[in-house]
Amino acid sequence: MSDQRVGDNSGGLPQILLVGNPNVGKSVLFNALTGTYTTVSNYPGTSVDVSRGTCEIDGRRFEVLDTPGMYALMPITEEERVAREILLDETAHLVLHVVDARNLERMLPMTLQLVEAGLPVVLVVNILDEAERIGMQINLELLQEKLGIPVIGTAIARKRGVKELRSVIADYVDKRTACFGYAADLERDIEKVVATLEGEYRIKPRAVALLLLQKDEDLLRIVQESEGDRFDHIVATLNEVTFARRSDLHLRINLERKRVCRGLLQGVISEEQGRRPPFAERLSAWTMNPVSGGALLLIVLYFGFYKFVGGFGAGTVVDFLEGTIFEGHLNPWMITHADQYIPWYWLHELLVGEYGILTLAIRYAVALVMPIVGTFFVAFSIIEDTGYFPRLAMLVDRIFKRIGLNGRAVIPLVLGFGCDTMATMVTRTLETVRERILATVLLALAIPCSAQLGVILGLLAEVPGALFVWSTVLIGVFMLVGLLAARLVPGERPMFYMEIPPLRLPQPRNVLVKTLTRMQWYFFEIFPLFVIASVLLWAGKMTGGLDYLVRGMNPVMRLLGLPTEASAAFIFGFFRRDFGAAGLYDLQNNGLLTAVQLTVAAVTLTLFVPCVAQFLVMRKERGWRVSLGIFTVVTALAFSVGFILNRLLLTSGVLS
Amino acid sequence: MKLPENAEEILEALWIATVEKGDNAAPFDVLKTSADDAALAELVRLSYVEIKGERVYLRQEGRHEAMMTVRRHRLAERLMMDILDIKGRQGDEKACEFEHLLHQGVDTKICTLLNHPETCPHGRPIPPGECCEQARHSGEVGVVALTELKAGECGEIAYFSTTDMKKMQKLMSMGVLPGCELLLTRSYPSFIFKVGHSEFAVDDELAREIFIRKS
Ligand SMILES: [Zn+2]
Ligand SMILES: [Zn+2]
Repeated sequence: MSDQRVGDNSGGLPQILLVGNPNVGKSVLFNALTGTYTTVSNYPGTSVDVSRGTCEIDGRRFEVLDTPGMYALMPITEEERVAREILLDETAHLVLHVVDARNLERMLPMTLQLVEAGLPVVLVVNILDEAERIGMQINLELLQEKLGIPVIGTAIARKRGVKELRSVIADYVDKRTACFGYAADLERDIEKVVATLEGEYRIKPRAVALLLLQKDEDLLRIVQESEGDRFDHIVATLNEVTFARRSDLHLRINLERKRVCRGLLQGVISEEQGRRPPFAERLSAWTMNPVSGGALLLIVLYFGFYKFVGGFGAGTVVDFLEGTIFEGHLNPWMITHADQYIPWYWLHELLVGEYGILTLAIRYAVALVMPIVGTFFVAFSIIEDTGYFPRLAMLVDRIFKRIGLNGRAVIPLVLGFGCDTMATMVTRTLETVRERILATVLLALAIPCSAQLGVILGLLAEVPGALFVWSTVLIGVFMLVGLLAARLVPGERPMFYMEIPPLRLPQPRNVLVKTLTRMQWYFFEIFPLFVIASVLLWAGKMTGGLDYLVRGMNPVMRLLGLPTEASAAFIFGFFRRDFGAAGLYDLQNNGLLTAVQLTVAAVTLTLFVPCVAQFLVMRKERGWRVSLGIFTVVTALAFSVGFILNRLLLTSGVLS
Repeated sequence: MKLPENAEEILEALWIATVEKGDNAAPFDVLKTSADDAALAELVRLSYVEIKGERVYLRQEGRHEAMMTVRRHRLAERLMMDILDIKGRQGDEKACEFEHLLHQGVDTKICTLLNHPETCPHGRPIPPGECCEQARHSGEVGVVALTELKAGECGEIAYFSTTDMKKMQKLMSMGVLPGCELLLTRSYPSFIFKVGHSEFAVDDELAREIFIRKS
């Protein structure tokens, strides 16, 4: 487990942990408890988001932690691993297990596990309003009595139950008396394993024993560490028990928990039959039908991305910031002042020259990239919060299987259209190493990031047919490389399973927080690279190294049929994907490109190299060997495709 | 009376070519046979088939026998893949060897054990035998793979056939457990089902390993 702990800078406040399945309203509860001041950061050593905030109840201050969604105490995905790590690493004052009232029976087994582990649990039965609307009545007092822990009903989105919850938190006294009995034979097995354990654990030995019987690999490692010599004996006992049962204990324990939960819920839930289906359900069915779902996807793409990101973000906002603010006012102002007060040529150039920090790095970052990436993240967060992505994943799963991925990979790939660097990091959420590598390759090669995409779309839109050629070639390369990679990269074939959450109206505050978090990340990670790139380019210009590089690229440009001025765009392109695109923009504005040249350059530049930041993340995530391999293949492929496309376009006469 | 193994193979291929693919006859190479094949001669002698030029025709007299060989082959596949968990090429090969042993009531036993399956693991139909008809008449409730449920049908999860711990763990941790009531809402492009008030999507590979007691 990591040395750095999430709670390190909590200032010693007692902690409240929020745990539960995805989509049960944890983050809404988190917002309701913490109010405005929150921070969202990656859990150390992972890309998984953990939100942190503080709240004050009856004059006592608490730190509140929102953990990633988890289904059980036994982790499968990276997110669940992080959630469990937080749960077992922190000494929580209170653990709030948030469940969906409609699915109480399915979610209660995890409450059982938390109680078994000896954690101070409060059960929050959320989304009570929806449950009542479909005719469910839940007797919470009875459930509380049976469970032996505080149970509270809420509808957080409607602010219902928040006050009661706060008073439960304030009055909480740790009793931890509850114990749930399993079948006699299973109890004997548990006892046998418990008897072998002597080490110190954060959770009760009974819970450790149960996880061991379920063959939890992480826990096995922890036990190995704390038991030392006794470990072999423990493994022997486990194997003996497993063999004696002649059945899968994992399933057995799960079934046993289900049985216990059914008993607990006896008399607690009463359900009226035969209401609805409301509009949301019908809409949900449409999203999953290949025909209407496909149409809906096009609508989402058109309005969400083309109109909002492309039209509004990359058009209106960029025009205003870049044209009016920077070119119109800021740049002339800075340049005049620099001319006046800075006598040294090198410093003048470094600040406001062709590759100056103020005129290039900051202008690009603020005026060009921020509006595009910002609007993209807004659109992405809204779509994410409606619960649309799992549906999209389910629709594309069959196609994605062909390229060696499963439908789940659609999320990092779509995110790649915002920022490939961030998306490369998010490939961690994929289950197998193979999927992660395949997704990384596709992101590096065929997915243009929003800034690049914005500029390229703007450029190509002016030439009839160019957009069509560009997208056909990109989709073709994407599929072809996917098909080949799926055959060449060894490893387990992916498998698809997912919970489909109900469609919801996104909460504006949630969308805002997510967008701001992502933009904050973007700026902290990427902005320094802008400055570094601009300094490097400046140094290159001052020493003549850049000219040398550009001349070195000239023969390649000639092979692609491009004017030698395009060399610079390609070299910039490596520093930032969108620098390259912006370089292209300048060329086009100066009337140096024909339609064919523009298209060839756009295609090559889109395929060509991940930017420096993406390359660095690739190296961090996949290691030197894999990332260098990807780099080489991508570069070779980009120029080959550009070369062939140029020949094809010229001989066929398309676009000329 | 039992036919030689390669005669059964010819009948099987002929059934697939004519009944399932809709040709009126099949050429020698499709049946992996030739004019001088003894097995083919035997089939002609029994008037199960008829040869005209380079093409072989299935006669009315041979239809039942051909259908039964196909049935035995696909039952064998089911047995290998679902129960013995031998998958992939090896499963196919073993099924091919095994099908020739399923005579004189053995096929019925296996069909009953498998709850009278309607399709083979590759999704092709298994021609029903008498046992299937009887079971249907007496209203026996069978256990079928999720892939064989139609959208709108429901049932109780009976068991998972997978031996892959990770897969089972995934399903179980999501709360999809034997004993849960399940309603299939879509079967294309993925299998979408409801357990309680939650919806889940799985691909057909996983769906093939979830067995449902129809209700
Ligand atoms: Zn088959
Ligand atoms: Zn039968």
